[in-house]
Amino acid sequence: MSDSASIVVDHVVKRFKLSNQKTIKRLSVNAAKGRELSRAFTALDDITFTLNQGDTLGLMGLNGSGKSTLLKLISGVMRPDEGKVLARGRIAGLIEVGAGFHPDLSGRENIYLNGAILGMTKPQIDRKLESIVAFSEMEQFLGNSVRHYSSGMFMRLAFSVAVHTECDIFLIDEVLAVGDQPFKKKCMARIQDLKAEGRTMVFVSHSAKQVVALCERGIVLQKGRMTFDGTARDAVKALGYELDDDDDADEVAAGE
Amino acid sequence: MTTAMAPARETDNPLGPLRVPGASGGLIEVFRRRYLLKLLVRKELRVRYQGSVIGLGWSYVQPLVRFAMYYYIIGLIMTHRTPGRALLIFSGLIMVQFASNCLGQGSKAILKNKSLVRKINLPREMFPVSNVAVSLYHMLPMYVILLIGVLINGWHPDGRAVLAIFLGLAIAIVWGLATALVLSATNVFFRDTQNVADVINVVLRWVVPMIYPFGLIMHHAQGHAFLYQVYLLNPLTSAVLLADRAFWIPSMANPAKLAAANMPSHLFERSFLMLLAGLVALGLAQLLFSRLEGRFAEQL
Repeated sequence: MSDSASIVVDHVVKRFKLSNQKTIKRLSVNAAKGRELSRAFTALDDITFTLNQGDTLGLMGLNGSGKSTLLKLISGVMRPDEGKVLARGRIAGLIEVGAGFHPDLSGRENIYLNGAILGMTKPQIDRKLESIVAFSEMEQFLGNSVRHYSSGMFMRLAFSVAVHTECDIFLIDEVLAVGDQPFKKKCMARIQDLKAEGRTMVFVSHSAKQVVALCERGIVLQKGRMTFDGTARDAVKALGYELDDDDDADEVAAGE
Repeated sequence: MTTAMAPARETDNPLGPLRVPGASGGLIEVFRRRYLLKLLVRKELRVRYQGSVIGLGWSYVQPLVRFAMYYYIIGLIMTHRTPGRALLIFSGLIMVQFASNCLGQGSKAILKNKSLVRKINLPREMFPVSNVAVSLYHMLPMYVILLIGVLINGWHPDGRAVLAIFLGLAIAIVWGLATALVLSATNVFFRDTQNVADVINVVLRWVVPMIYPFGLIMHHAQGHAFLYQVYLLNPLTSAVLLADRAFWIPSMANPAKLAAANMPSHLFERSFLMLLAGLVALGLAQLLFSRLEGRFAEQL
């Protein structure tokens, strides 16, 4: 393994057991009747790649191809059944932003809570509060409880916290579809900044344009297998996506 | 990124070595990220009493109602005359309430936070621990009431009583943490766990010397030596006995006689062993939790 490796994914296999036995009763009833207790399903099959520091990878594939699972393995939320995943430095990203938000807390309180959940310390959040708030453009609502936010406002705030976490590896999971165009542009610009600062990035998206705009390398997953590994542009072709097909991202990609 | 051409060593990289992401230091990691713990506890307290008129006052109401039931209703049935029965009940009630919260809330700790557990990598021990911390916080008002009660009754604590306060608290916390860790993790796989916890909760308050003094158990112990020992093996019994020793006994007229009649032999030796056993249990609970944690995200 080279000294500059940032993420190493080595012959990773991830299987899910699909079972509904959440109580002992159902488990024993099904066992007694000789029904199969669970069905195994291979979400990722023998995935291997290495990213060096500063590399940007676009993960592409149809729904259910295993992209998000792979991202969860890299972030450490899940662990592989076989093989290993290694990463260097702090990992953060735009995955399920807002998961730690609580509707009964105010915007400001949520910034602190979410920042802490994402691994920031109090002094770090204090230092960044101003730029988080400025990024979200929601100064006047900070004292209100998040319950009264519109879903767009909610996402803005969540995003603003997430893009301000200090990290070495930045993971992005199909989240750029939210928010209005100007805010999307702003997010994309911010992500470009993070990239320019030399962070390793893994970007999961269906938007061919965004992937090409942001990533050098592209990997295509199909039903849990890696079917292509090359440049992002070729990955888009390999998947059969058209670069000008997605209506969603053109302005955003142009905003870089 | 480094210019050195020598065989790469992991330590050469300023970002440190390659690591397994999500490998957590468990409870140690929770301690390291205590700012998050603090915010989670504060959130829990805020949210629990959100929109209620008397707010945190509710944490007084429930124990006081329970206390009244135990004191008046059970008092009608009890033939055994116990001096300072109100203080006896209240000393034990603090520990029982704490244990009951650790069982009930603790078992649901991971499930209640599943959106976070499934998506964000953070030490999952954070959730059971914050639950225990919330339960601890709820002990405070009860201690205030108890302290007023014992002071009115002329509390004169000796050194051992002071030791008993902290030893009892330590036993409760250590065993409470172990319980919350085990139950919250098992509950992810078997939802029966929280029902089991509720059942234990119902039984628990009757098998510790809270409503009745320990003297009653000593009195019935003849011929049931085994059951007697089993009774004493309950960590909550330990905590309640120590609370009795700390508050109830030193508030009464003849503490030495009362202690002889209502405390087991070698109370402190037993209690230290219970604390030690609790630390071992906590270690085992952490091991179990770490083993199960890897599958939380896919099970939820």
